[in-house]
Amino acid sequence: MVWKDLLVERRSKETLNALFFFALLLLFVFQFAVGPDRERLAGTLPGLLWLGFILTGLLGLGRTFVVERENDCWEALRLTPGDKSAIYVGKLAGNLLLMLVVEAILVALFGIFFNLDLAGVVPALVVVIGLGTVAFAAVGTLFAAMTSQVRARELLFPVLLLPVQAPVLLATVKATEAVLLGEPLGSVAHWLKLLGAADVIFVTVGVLTFDFVLEG
Amino acid sequence: MFRVVGGLTLVALAAGLVMAFGVAPREVTQGNVQRIMYLHVPSVWVAYLAFAVVLVASIVYLARRLDGADRLAHASAEVGVLFTGLTIATGSIWGKPTWGTWWTWDARLTSVSILFVMYLGYLLLRGMIEDPDQGARYAAVLGIVAAFNIPLVHFSVYWWRTLHQPPSLMKPGPGTMPGVIVAALMVNFVAFSLLYIYFVAMRVRLLRREAEAAA
Repeated sequence: MVWKDLLVERRSKETLNALFFFALLLLFVFQFAVGPDRERLAGTLPGLLWLGFILTGLLGLGRTFVVERENDCWEALRLTPGDKSAIYVGKLAGNLLLMLVVEAILVALFGIFFNLDLAGVVPALVVVIGLGTVAFAAVGTLFAAMTSQVRARELLFPVLLLPVQAPVLLATVKATEAVLLGEPLGSVAHWLKLLGAADVIFVTVGVLTFDFVLEG
Repeated sequence: MFRVVGGLTLVALAAGLVMAFGVAPREVTQGNVQRIMYLHVPSVWVAYLAFAVVLVASIVYLARRLDGADRLAHASAEVGVLFTGLTIATGSIWGKPTWGTWWTWDARLTSVSILFVMYLGYLLLRGMIEDPDQGARYAAVLGIVAAFNIPLVHFSVYWWRTLHQPPSLMKPGPGTMPGVIVAALMVNFVAFSLLYIYFVAMRVRLLRREAEAAA
């Protein structure tokens, strides 16, 4: 599992460059879409931020098992002796790392280009984004494995993932909004609990069901 | 057996109609419009029942590999999506005269529509995988994830916003509805549940024959 993880690391550097560039482009698109109106921008910012995370996440996570498929390693992955859930945890850790790096870059870019004062809210922001990203990556990794074997996987992956992520997105956007307004984490405790519950549920279900996904 | 269930369903549906239009009183403020409740509430009940069956059948399939469980999950998901759609449609028809709008991003409307797209995705996944064994396994995994997601959807959307009238049936304390309305609703619950069983049984039989034909 450790070397699997390292392998993912090595590959993620390839993906990372493209994702970084994609994030930069998204920023332009958002700027064009919202316009220079400061007030409107402040209202839509948390949503835009998460939209950026989702779009980059969809691209990044969707590629999770592409390397295996293209190099015909899927069979090898399936035949790996031992616990299959270790593969899931390894892939999840790799995806999580990748997404967190991209998200950190995106937040920094948002801060610079939209002129936000992030200094005071970084710890709270890290908590919210971290919790949300675990849930997103947990389901994303599982679904990426499922859709990697399907012909129209680029289409199917977001179509499956987005509805399932709806509660997580609502929670993170609301919590991010409160945090950016400078409110303490205590004021969004119910959202954080929901995110924590989602993390536990999705990771558990992922670990338990990954065996069945890899089987065929 | 199919005939019996089908016949019973017909009788129960007819009784439900009689109860809804004949026996139940006209609602004071909303008028006859309110009678759509006898269609709306049982629909959403059947939708939840169907998705619960999908969860159980999915777990059974992964544990035991019974083809029947897979077909049951497939059929139940289809019927569940149908009744979720029906719930949204009847809700819209009810909402237009009473709330003045076909659609609003209210908590329960949103959560039901999220369920709708989630299980549409489930059916889409089933349709896209050719290998039946693989399709069954993936769908079962998705069925489990989706079912565990339902409570999350509910809480998140509830905290997000709510405008819908609070549930008037399942809540602690004395009910606010007169007995005759509850009775009419109960008859329709039974009728819709029978309809669900009938639909699922028909679909399971059809799926079994398709599998036999393909084999």
